[in-house]
Amino acid sequence: MADPYTDLGWLPVRDDWSAALEQARAAESQAALDALIQLANCRIDFAQTGRLDRAVQQLATRPLDPAPGIRPIKLAILSSCTVTHLQPGIRVGALRRGLWAEIYEAPYGMYRQELQDPASGLHRFNPDVLLLSLDARHLVGADGSTAEGALELMRDCWQLARALDCVILQQTLLPVFRSLLGNNEHRYRQSPAARVQSVNAQLRALADANGVELLAVDETARWDGIPQWHDEALWHRAKQEIHPRVAHVYGDQVGRVLAALRGRSYKCLVLDLDNTVWGGVIGDDGVAGIQLGQGNAVGEAFLAFQRYALELAGRGVILAVCSKNDEANALEAFEHHPEMLLRPKDIACFVANWNDKATNLRKIAQRLNIGLDALVFADDNPFERNLIRQELPQVAVPELPEDPACYAGCIAAAGYFEGLTVTSEDQERGAQYQANEQREQLRESVTDLGAYLTSLGMQLRHAPFDEIGMARIVQLINKTNQFNLTTRRYTQPEVMAMVSDPHCLHVQLRLLDRFGDNGIIALVIGRLSASRELALDTWLMSCRVLGRQVEAATLSVIAARARRMGATALLGEYCPSPKNGMVKDHYGKLGFELSGEDEGVTRWRLPLERFEPAPVLMNIVEGM
Amino acid sequence: MNTEQIYSGLTEIFHDVFEDQSIVPTPRMTAEDVDDWDSLNHINLIVAIEARFKIKFKTAELESLRNVGQLVDTIAQKLSKG
Repeated sequence: MADPYTDLGWLPVRDDWSAALEQARAAESQAALDALIQLANCRIDFAQTGRLDRAVQQLATRPLDPAPGIRPIKLAILSSCTVTHLQPGIRVGALRRGLWAEIYEAPYGMYRQELQDPASGLHRFNPDVLLLSLDARHLVGADGSTAEGALELMRDCWQLARALDCVILQQTLLPVFRSLLGNNEHRYRQSPAARVQSVNAQLRALADANGVELLAVDETARWDGIPQWHDEALWHRAKQEIHPRVAHVYGDQVGRVLAALRGRSYKCLVLDLDNTVWGGVIGDDGVAGIQLGQGNAVGEAFLAFQRYALELAGRGVILAVCSKNDEANALEAFEHHPEMLLRPKDIACFVANWNDKATNLRKIAQRLNIGLDALVFADDNPFERNLIRQELPQVAVPELPEDPACYAGCIAAAGYFEGLTVTSEDQERGAQYQANEQREQLRESVTDLGAYLTSLGMQLRHAPFDEIGMARIVQLINKTNQFNLTTRRYTQPEVMAMVSDPHCLHVQLRLLDRFGDNGIIALVIGRLSASRELALDTWLMSCRVLGRQVEAATLSVIAARARRMGATALLGEYCPSPKNGMVKDHYGKLGFELSGEDEGVTRWRLPLERFEPAPVLMNIVEGM
Repeated sequence: MNTEQIYSGLTEIFHDVFEDQSIVPTPRMTAEDVDDWDSLNHINLIVAIEARFKIKFKTAELESLRNVGQLVDTIAQKLSKG
């Protein structure tokens, strides 16, 4: 079997890859870009990654104005060793996830000067993300160097980088040093290998305390083996700490962190059933006949995969089922098989029928109110996988290995669900979707919408942004795509700055009902101008609470708060993105008047003196 | 593997690394003769050759290479020992 990391083993092999690259080069720009994204989503090595990168670069005559659907992100790399060979992998890793990375690489070894000098290329570049790629020899290789000194140096860099007002991504140290003591290396503090261990151990907490993200090359290289990642001969020759043969793997790791920062991580794992979550075919073998559970190595392997899926659900990944089966047969295993770990309550959307899977995946995305590009589809059957790749290229389809023992490793290696934090909302997500199902059932039994909403007993709570909600607030700002009027992304420091600005309106809203707490489901940010108009910079909402009058209730909350700030009118703005078509008429529906339009961006105005809040079927309460 | 087969494999690698289908590696060819044969691509070239022929160059061998002919001789030498 292919090494999952070094070979990008979760991506499918494409035999005509080179020919397809030549074809893509010749195509019109939008078609070419689509084709190149698909080629990036094939299993390629570092050399192919370089060729793909050159094709992409040639296509992009205007790097900051890429095609619609591709989002630009500016990445600066500061390094103490040679990293130029890593650039193509990073660009391709970003492109694989629909991001266009423009890269600035500071001159070799000049990272401190670049940070300190406000006139430097780095400052002029004004990055969204700063990657600090410092090599282990530089940090702890010299005689007399210490782990504490290395950490101090990193912290100094972070302090200087604050002026750039960007996300800081710190690379952990690659364990490149040979041991002097052996298994108990940590007891010899003068050992460079021990210093690396110490830095990496302390770096986790230090990064958290300073709001810095990590690029954990020590962890990734652990799975491949350090010799894959680092070659001493190459270090002497070219001062490349990271070997070119894993440049595409390194780049994919950077790409997935950028995707997580931009809300492009996948959200839902859709599982096939037969030979994916159990062995055998339930329709033929029956509940008693499938392979699952202790006492049989294959049965245990399927169980281990179920456990991994459940652990993902525990951190906020949504689980769904898409299977060609009679629903009753499929459900029977979930309800009655004694060894099943996955139970009906763990599955947010369960689709088992004989329709084609592309149709069913569309249905799942629709029912869960998420995009097709938030789905990862795990199926053991190569035919179904290829069908989905062709029909729905937005859906990620891992090339599951033949042995179920390797399923979890494959999904993990792909990094589909790369996350930066785990909020309490994430951990309760499964229960929230389950409660949604119960609401749906109630809705079906109640024909009158008003009666249904009343029966929910909703309470909408609102408060300014606060410390407790901050992680969730930043997460919502950066991952909400559909119900998002402007799709403006902000980092935690930027949000903190808004909180301390007296002319900034910021509201978080929480919805409760008789089925439970939906958590923070909407955010609004606005700024009061000198002319006492409050411009709504951001209005976003979780699609889970659509159709429940939360929009109108939110408006009355904002209007009241805006009046308290002395505002005379609200200004709305809609900026179209590939995903937010559903809110095109949001302000119109709420009674705003269209005041201007410019290249798809519409502007709206609502005078506050004659604004009357619309009646809503919920209690509105101040405080979270 | 004979010299001709090594050249044939090398041609494909040159085409991939330098993205130029017209390059024909010859014994007297040097980095001067190929656009884009800079230090970065030199490393890529060596890594690609090592992967393709499943060999590993010694640091000293790489230091003494002066043209494609010497490169092919070194590859041939390593393959015959392997």
